[in-house]
Amino acid sequence: MTFDPIDMAGNKARGKRPVFFKDTDTDRLLSILMAVAGELAVARERVDTLERLLEARGILERAEIEGYEPDTAAARERGLWHQEFIARILRVIQQEIEQFDEDREAQQQARKENVSATTELEELIEELATS
Amino acid sequence: MAETDRQVPPAWNAVGRHGVFPEASHDEIARFNFLTNLNMHLASRVLPGVRKAYESRVENGSAPANRREVGELLKREPTYQLWSSLRRNTMEMRQQNSRAMVFRQLPELVEKARQLNRDSNKLQLDASVEIPRYVSAVDTHCMPGSYHTEYCEDDIAAGANYDSGIFVTTAGMLGRYSDGGGQALVEWLREEAKSGFRPKRILDIGCTVGHNIVPLAQAFPESEIVAIDVSAPVLRYAHARARSLGIDNITFRQENAEAIAAEDGSFDLIITSMFLHETSSRALPRILAETHRLLADGGKAIHIEQPQFTPEMPPYEQFMRDWDTRNNNEPFWGTLHDLDLFEAMEKAGFARENITTRGLFAVVDETLFPSAAKAAEDSEDYGRKPAWHTYIASK
Repeated sequence: MTFDPIDMAGNKARGKRPVFFKDTDTDRLLSILMAVAGELAVARERVDTLERLLEARGILERAEIEGYEPDTAAARERGLWHQEFIARILRVIQQEIEQFDEDREAQQQARKENVSATTELEELIEELATS
Repeated sequence: MAETDRQVPPAWNAVGRHGVFPEASHDEIARFNFLTNLNMHLASRVLPGVRKAYESRVENGSAPANRREVGELLKREPTYQLWSSLRRNTMEMRQQNSRAMVFRQLPELVEKARQLNRDSNKLQLDASVEIPRYVSAVDTHCMPGSYHTEYCEDDIAAGANYDSGIFVTTAGMLGRYSDGGGQALVEWLREEAKSGFRPKRILDIGCTVGHNIVPLAQAFPESEIVAIDVSAPVLRYAHARARSLGIDNITFRQENAEAIAAEDGSFDLIITSMFLHETSSRALPRILAETHRLLADGGKAIHIEQPQFTPEMPPYEQFMRDWDTRNNNEPFWGTLHDLDLFEAMEKAGFARENITTRGLFAVVDETLFPSAAKAAEDSEDYGRKPAWHTYIASK
């Protein structure tokens, strides 16, 4: 039997791929970006393994990296690193979500104090300049 | 101010190995670790934002009356677009990563399975079984080739791919052997035993790689178990997997669930786990009728599924639970959850008063998987967390 594991790994699933953004280029770019992000995470994890082994043994053998198993504490530290890494990449989404609360607060504030409900900086600059 | 105690999923190293499990390199494990954490991030950090985006749109307009209207609102919402796109990508990446691992060592894996399956009468394949359209027409969970495609003689790739990737999708919440559902069934059966229900013959329909039936075989070694599926590569893998785990009381048979070759009343317990939503409107009544025909008097059929979309379930939750129908290649998911399963079981011959429903939570080792224990209580991922509704019919 002959296989090309690289091609086969990337095979598509039957059916048209759903599109989520207005511009399909955005869908495509995000897929590429997430793959890059994944590979960076992998590289970082490998370095982490290397560092831990070097620290623990003072020597480096490739086979040891392949066989390395994080203990509970190391697995937790790595998991936290992944979470921080992901949060860093997806910062813009976190900030979009925070904007909902900011808008809500601005609306409440506006109702209470009869000020502008916007969170746009330009309007705030104007408001501050004129009041 | 105290720092948040973040839940961290187990490293993929914790996954349970057996005789046909693929060997993972350091970087392959790291890829799974990234995806597991990305899935957790999407569920805990981004999904709440989709909810906020929805609420803010509702505040500024009229409230959607059904899930279709929720979708109309959300599809224009950037936070939803991004969440959806990322979630779809994690599924595709999971498939690519585990397929890369499986195909690079497929000849070795096929050989291992051959050794384990040799001379066994507990693996009964039947090449004349036709793959039903609900399996062949769509690559479920974005899994290229679905469950049934064979890439070589004695192929087990679909089984190995499914088995190694599921840990990522569930963030390890189904335990080392991804068998938390089966372990939950064991607990349920131990409870049932107190009132005298002790099944001797058990049938598992749509068993795939046998995750959910192996725990029953381990807990009740005196029981006689038949596990069926239409797909040969997952059955070869399932049998080899079970055998290498020391199981010898399960017979894996290639069969269509709509017409099972067994005598009336020949099983005391029939199980399906997350299977009914992978069938079709035509197949479902036939499968349920088979469960009624095959059950002995006093027997029980238990189906593990997600909750139904009832009018009491808010349209937003219905929409989010229905997401997988279109975006994760689960075409019958929404239809099944719209159905009145009680009615469907009644039509299959069960008396209404003998049908009940109850919740079931994955049973996993909480020292190894503390995040699983916590997730069961306080998070919602609309269909991904290891908590299910079961539908139980007694005959």
